[in-house]
Amino acid sequence: MSREQSLADGVATRAAVGAPSARRTSRMLGNLYWYGVVTLAAVFFMGPFLWAVSSSLKVPAELYVFPPTLFPASLQFGNYVRLWGELPFGTFTRNSLIVAFVVTVGQTLSAAGVAYGFARFRFPGRDFLFVVLLSTLMLPQQVTIIPLFLIYKNLGWLDTFLPLTVPHLLGGSAFFIFLIRQFFLTLPRDLDDAAEIDGAGTVMIFWRILLPLSKPVLATSAIFAFLFSWNEFLEPLIYLNDPKLFTLPLGLRYLSVSPELGTEPREHLLMAASVLFSLPPIVIFFSMQRYFIQGVVMSGIKG
Amino acid sequence: MMSTAVSVPRRVWLTRSRRRAIVGYLWIMPWLVGLVAFKLGPTLAAFALSFTRYDIITTPIWIGLENYVYAATTDPLFWRSLRTTLYYVGVSVPLGIVASLGLSLLLNMGKRGTATYRTFFFLPNLTPVVAGAILWLWIYHPQFGPLNYLLRLMGIPPIGWLGSVEWAVPSLILVAFWYGIGGSRMVIFLAGLQAVPNELYEAAEVDGAGRWARFRYIILPMISPTMFFNLVLAIIVSLRVFEVAFLTTVGSPNYATWFYMLHLYQAAFRDFDMGYASALAWILFMITLALTYVQIKLSKRWVYYEGEERES
Repeated sequence: MSREQSLADGVATRAAVGAPSARRTSRMLGNLYWYGVVTLAAVFFMGPFLWAVSSSLKVPAELYVFPPTLFPASLQFGNYVRLWGELPFGTFTRNSLIVAFVVTVGQTLSAAGVAYGFARFRFPGRDFLFVVLLSTLMLPQQVTIIPLFLIYKNLGWLDTFLPLTVPHLLGGSAFFIFLIRQFFLTLPRDLDDAAEIDGAGTVMIFWRILLPLSKPVLATSAIFAFLFSWNEFLEPLIYLNDPKLFTLPLGLRYLSVSPELGTEPREHLLMAASVLFSLPPIVIFFSMQRYFIQGVVMSGIKG
Repeated sequence: MMSTAVSVPRRVWLTRSRRRAIVGYLWIMPWLVGLVAFKLGPTLAAFALSFTRYDIITTPIWIGLENYVYAATTDPLFWRSLRTTLYYVGVSVPLGIVASLGLSLLLNMGKRGTATYRTFFFLPNLTPVVAGAILWLWIYHPQFGPLNYLLRLMGIPPIGWLGSVEWAVPSLILVAFWYGIGGSRMVIFLAGLQAVPNELYEAAEVDGAGRWARFRYIILPMISPTMFFNLVLAIIVSLRVFEVAFLTTVGSPNYATWFYMLHLYQAAFRDFDMGYASALAWILFMITLALTYVQIKLSKRWVYYEGEERES
């Protein structure tokens, strides 16, 4: 606590030695200043959300008025119902959930397996391959996307979920493998050795010993695998053409031009869809904040 | 030696450590397959394609460096899109880094309510980009959007935002600002700040260092590795700016927001000029590598690594 206080009061601490009341006043001023600045920042970050929620609950006529109003005259929850009824929002959601589920489970498990190989075995070229693994983080998606499009086209994978899922079942992004490997390295080797003496094979050691002990890091990578998949835009944009297969990011764009609505103004529906679309990541963040922050921080630690 | 080798050749060869090595390869096999099929293979294929003319329907024709020459000398939008992208990177990265650092310093003061504010700052980062883009399109609405209304309340004439040639890129930078400064980057800065040992602050205080001196001579050097990581990442990500522009302006008005990636997307998936698009992709890749290399070289001058005993 002492460090935080001294940081907050800065110069004041030294100036006010021996003058408790002046010191208290300056600390209060410092607090006031701090709360003012962070509240202003919070308004900047949260304002757009308020505007989205408010717009999503308006009737169209209320959207196109000047001056704009923050509070709808009456709350139009029907806008949300319409997304599921006359618009294919339910289909988009289902597609996104299918893809995200396969990617989350498949990527976390396969990345854990590869991480196990890197963390617990000694083989020629291992360290070189690990450097290769890390350097693939530098490889932009844009370089590979054109050949991948051509490959998927020849395999007949366009307009299927395969291009969005299969690469993630093979360990996926190096980020996850790296994350889990670092965690495995912190688990004592004695556990493996003891199990091996008891006759356990490597699959058993991986499944029964390492995985149960690694729940936090698995949770972290599952969260990020889900979020990356849920938000991915470029890949579905290129690989999916059939609106029946659209994931939510494409679906949202589709809504902004959707033929179902004809010429009707649609900002309120778009806002409702955006709010619903943003909800799962926000819920995950709130319910698993600890794992989430841990993952972000880990991504900032060099290997 | 010879006689024993003849009697049990296999068992000698398959020692425990060799067996472990083979099993190790088996465990990383899925990744190796993925590496070849989805990363290295396509990267090399893109390189080969960049020397061809290929429209998907007819077979690729080898044309040597023609795609690269066309980009550098003829394509009017190549240099323009590159300039626009560098303008975007040059403004949004420094502003974003400074703002993220500022926010993390604010949140590192141990005030009550810090966790709540951190959550508020972080929320935009959780919004899917598409949702954010659609939301800002509506916020920037020149007639009915709240932003111009706020300007009017302050007596400032309305701005055309995404629809105006001068304001379109700054508008997109503001979206990136909202999206990114309180996100992962800020959290990574916070972790860096929290790793600064307490004794350093105390020692500095004893020496009578003021707030600025502490920031300049303790915090800044101590978090320089974090800063370096954030800087490299921010530049890589901003060079690829695509989604928000694709969803809002699509390059308009008058190509003011025609970023490099939009140009590439247009070449590949609208004109189906796969050879040229591959050349564009490789040029972007090379620019990214060059900028990262320069930063690594420059980092030796300003990034301070405390000791070398970091875990690997």
